[in-house]
Amino acid sequence: MSKKTRDILIVLGAAVVIFGVTALIMLFGGGNSDGFVTSQTFGQTNEIVLTTAQPVKDVPSAEAFTVFEENDPDIQMHPASVSADGKALKLTFAEPLNQDNPHMVKAPELVPGVGPLSVEVSRSYWGYLLSILISALLINNYVFTKYLGLCVFMGTSKRKSTATGMGIVFMIVMLVSAVMSWLVNRYVLVPYHLDFLQVVVFIGLVSLTVQAVDTILRKINPILFNAFGVFLVLVIANCIIIAVPLYMASNQYNLIETVMLALGAGGGFLLALYLMSSVRERLELAQIPESFKGLPIAFIVAGQFALAFLGFSGLQIH
Amino acid sequence: MSNELSKGALISRGILSQNPVFKLALSMCPAVGMSTTVMNGLMLGVAVLFVQIFSSLTISLFKNWIHPRIRIPTYTLTIATWVTVIDLVLAAVFPGAYAQMGIFIKLIVAFAIITMRLETFACKESPSDSFFDAVGMGLGFMVGMVAIGFVRELLGSGTVFGYDLLGFKPFLFFILPCAGFFVVGLMMAFFNWIEARYRERMAQKS
Repeated sequence: MSKKTRDILIVLGAAVVIFGVTALIMLFGGGNSDGFVTSQTFGQTNEIVLTTAQPVKDVPSAEAFTVFEENDPDIQMHPASVSADGKALKLTFAEPLNQDNPHMVKAPELVPGVGPLSVEVSRSYWGYLLSILISALLINNYVFTKYLGLCVFMGTSKRKSTATGMGIVFMIVMLVSAVMSWLVNRYVLVPYHLDFLQVVVFIGLVSLTVQAVDTILRKINPILFNAFGVFLVLVIANCIIIAVPLYMASNQYNLIETVMLALGAGGGFLLALYLMSSVRERLELAQIPESFKGLPIAFIVAGQFALAFLGFSGLQIH
Repeated sequence: MSNELSKGALISRGILSQNPVFKLALSMCPAVGMSTTVMNGLMLGVAVLFVQIFSSLTISLFKNWIHPRIRIPTYTLTIATWVTVIDLVLAAVFPGAYAQMGIFIKLIVAFAIITMRLETFACKESPSDSFFDAVGMGLGFMVGMVAIGFVRELLGSGTVFGYDLLGFKPFLFFILPCAGFFVVGLMMAFFNWIEARYRERMAQKS
């Protein structure tokens, strides 16, 4: 038990380090500035905030500003209203912006003597990576909001020790197989137009990874194999393991984004298993109606978790 | 190695006493995620039936050439091949329904029920027995999906197959995505209750 607790602490520690580093980079790594406009960020879902070197006294009309997505310059938008608050110039739009794409802002003359300017607004890349991680971990948690991996989830969440063992093994296999799937997809499937083989190749890679880990672990570390070996076969029967590579391929993620997605999905599964097993251990002591014993009550508890995870859907990372 | 159950018993076992959804509790992901309407449940059920039959037949035919050490990768690759077939066929023939089911067709490859039937049945029994076992299990899955879809669609939006039956919506909550957990849990409890009552009555009679 203490060994497994230590493993969880290591995983949690690594997660905290990743969070800390990304948060620091997000704080200090702003976008590039362009003369009079010193920084530019997305505000709320429908806002762009420009910080200027001096306060803007006479705010130009909203029609004077033109905004478009960088890869789609033909679709031009105008903000619904523009307001200045000290050095901050806030452009508010009628509809939410797709903040994953960089936007170009063309501004008219803001103060006398400074000509019209154009600035690029993009979410910082680390923020984007963090948003992939958080999204897979909480907002789109694969178990509670996408309803995947339920068989293994229900099967291994009876004891906390089993649950964390399964979660950790799953996270490792997930990471390895997602990276391999990315490599094969990027350098073999896409160049040769073999997209229709995705399912066969991805599941093949997963089962090969599992088989390899199984064989290597059995020879090198029999103690670890005795602790975690039983979970390895179950990994293949988990829909998440194939859903992540498919999601990665359809979103054309690069390698770092794929790693983040895999970490988020694996961590989300571990989190879900841990939460669920904590409740199920308590349930054994509770008085449950005879017909609800076992799986039915587990499903209802999972439903309540799913309702709770709906609360994360409003979470947004800027 | 021969199997003493008759063909009919093999089929009815999958639908009733070993129903993959309610009794074995395998392949729960689609039962929760894809069962908002009867139509969705039926389509996915047909797809799973197809994959189950052909995978069972393939493994049963080639069982003597598969080394036990690499049997799991072999099973998954066999299933993946048949999933790719049904995936491409559905995308070409029923583009509308295919778009609605999204990623779930591709995910059939990881449904525990199919691998489990290959591991426990098809790799030991003759092709004909495996065929009837696969039909039973596939039908059992389909019945389970349709039953859940029926309850959710009828109580959630008052319709069945899109036809308005009730004219009002008794529990709008039931078609919300996360209600799948509650519906499956309640239905399992209901079947457990019926089974317990039935046993009690049998015990009283005897």
